[in-house]
Amino acid sequence: MPIKISQKVEKMPPSGIRAFFDLVLGMKDVISLGVGEPDFVTPWNVREEGIFALEQGYTSYTSNKGLYRLRLLLHRYLKKKYNLDYNPDEEILITVGVSEGVDLALRAVINPGDKILIPEPSYVSYGPVTGLAGGIPVYIDTRKTKFKLTPQALEKAIDKNTKALLLNYPANPTGVSYSRKELETFKKIILKHRILCITDEVYNELTYDFEHTHFSALSGVKESTLYLDGFSKSYAMTGWRIGFACGPKEIIAAMTKIHQYTIMCVPIVSQMAACEALEGGRKSVEEMKKEYRRRREFMVDSLNSLGLSCHKPEGAFYVFPYVKNTGLSSMDFAQRLLKEQKVAVVPGTAFGTGYDDYVRMSYASSYDNLKEAIKRIGAFLKSRRI
Amino acid sequence: MDEILEILEKDARIKPEEIAKMLKIKPDKVKQAIKHYEKEGVILKYKTLINKELVKDDNITVRALIEVNVVPQKDVGFDKVAERIYSFSEVSSCYLISGTYDLLVIVEGKDLNTVARFVAEKLSPLEAVRGTVTHFLLRKYKEDGVVLKCKQEDKRIAISY
Repeated sequence: MPIKISQKVEKMPPSGIRAFFDLVLGMKDVISLGVGEPDFVTPWNVREEGIFALEQGYTSYTSNKGLYRLRLLLHRYLKKKYNLDYNPDEEILITVGVSEGVDLALRAVINPGDKILIPEPSYVSYGPVTGLAGGIPVYIDTRKTKFKLTPQALEKAIDKNTKALLLNYPANPTGVSYSRKELETFKKIILKHRILCITDEVYNELTYDFEHTHFSALSGVKESTLYLDGFSKSYAMTGWRIGFACGPKEIIAAMTKIHQYTIMCVPIVSQMAACEALEGGRKSVEEMKKEYRRRREFMVDSLNSLGLSCHKPEGAFYVFPYVKNTGLSSMDFAQRLLKEQKVAVVPGTAFGTGYDDYVRMSYASSYDNLKEAIKRIGAFLKSRRI
Repeated sequence: MDEILEILEKDARIKPEEIAKMLKIKPDKVKQAIKHYEKEGVILKYKTLINKELVKDDNITVRALIEVNVVPQKDVGFDKVAERIYSFSEVSSCYLISGTYDLLVIVEGKDLNTVARFVAEKLSPLEAVRGTVTHFLLRKYKEDGVVLKCKQEDKRIAISY
């Protein structure tokens, strides 16, 4: 008799999308708009530092919280660039990407039955990880407000069991972000109801129309905010798996407790390389941002002219066009586009059950690739007489 | 630098309409700007970067970097000497630099002999030239910011969250 799997895991949403992913991975010569990471490799100075660390014999554990030098550099960087003041001893934890940060944060604060508010469509892990931690994900639909959370919707979703709002901005999969003014309206509600705001700001360097504002930088809300971030998107370090969490010392201490038993510490080579990322200048980030902004304009304009309407994203590198007028569900759209034109996109249902009318397209791909993809999507729509 | 120039520097074949789309401005504005840059000599030429390692060109198989020590001339400094040197068709690049010598001249030729002859017969006899050191180029790895290698494949997995 097969061993029974944990009920909690059994209850996690099955990934129907896995099969589609396998289909994409098994195909050759696909133009992929399905990639959730930057289209360049980690800058050489950072890679070189990783190699150097290995050569020097840095192969050991580090402190659970992460190398003190890295926390200190982060402290200085956040202070200088965003005027955020996080104490490297007690208020910063180095995590295995933002993914671990989200998991630790939820496990550290949730008691059975606590509710976590998640604006939808959302990054894939938030709901399932909330469930694993014993919490109840409460999804806030944002379709009618251009995928933006509004203060009204937030206020309406809060009840006595609400523990936290999990806010990702700029957002995956929509690219939506919030101005300082918008964040101020959320702040009032967060403080009024005394809930926690967990922010996933991993795309913050890729904000195009205004300066990114860190939620915890707003006055009076630092103690109610847990700020999660990482090196993946801004330094193209996805495979290094390195991120960080900044917040009130009690929460960071609780997260560190879990982290020390489950992960122990982030690989030292990644931490050493991250130090170089912070120290070694950032010309490439600005270049990259400019490049993405141009591609964004191209994608939004092209898709809208093809009849796949989409809002202009304020950040990240995704567009989330509406595909219902093709008469196809998001999964059918993705499968047929893949089979007929060899273009890969991610079906909207990956980001919430209600998003079957949308697909996610990533523009972290060369302009030539995007141009070719748009041509093929055009041909695909034409063959369906749209 | 103007973003139009940045875009063109990476891809000279891109159409004004495409640039307009990327920058969300009118195509006419882009055309006007390009015309202006061409007129002002900001944009000098549109050319193709070819990986010469991969094509056979019988006329050019040897390249040399030549350090040239010169005597600057009254009033015109190095400019006049430089002009006399870079006007030779064999010279593909010519720079005035600081350090132990003055001009760095890059010469291209059919074979070793051609380059050697150019140095001996054209360059060295110039009155202002005090001495030369010739380095033959063995291999190009990177030129004008472009790594001269076949296109590297995308190592990312084709689909991820």
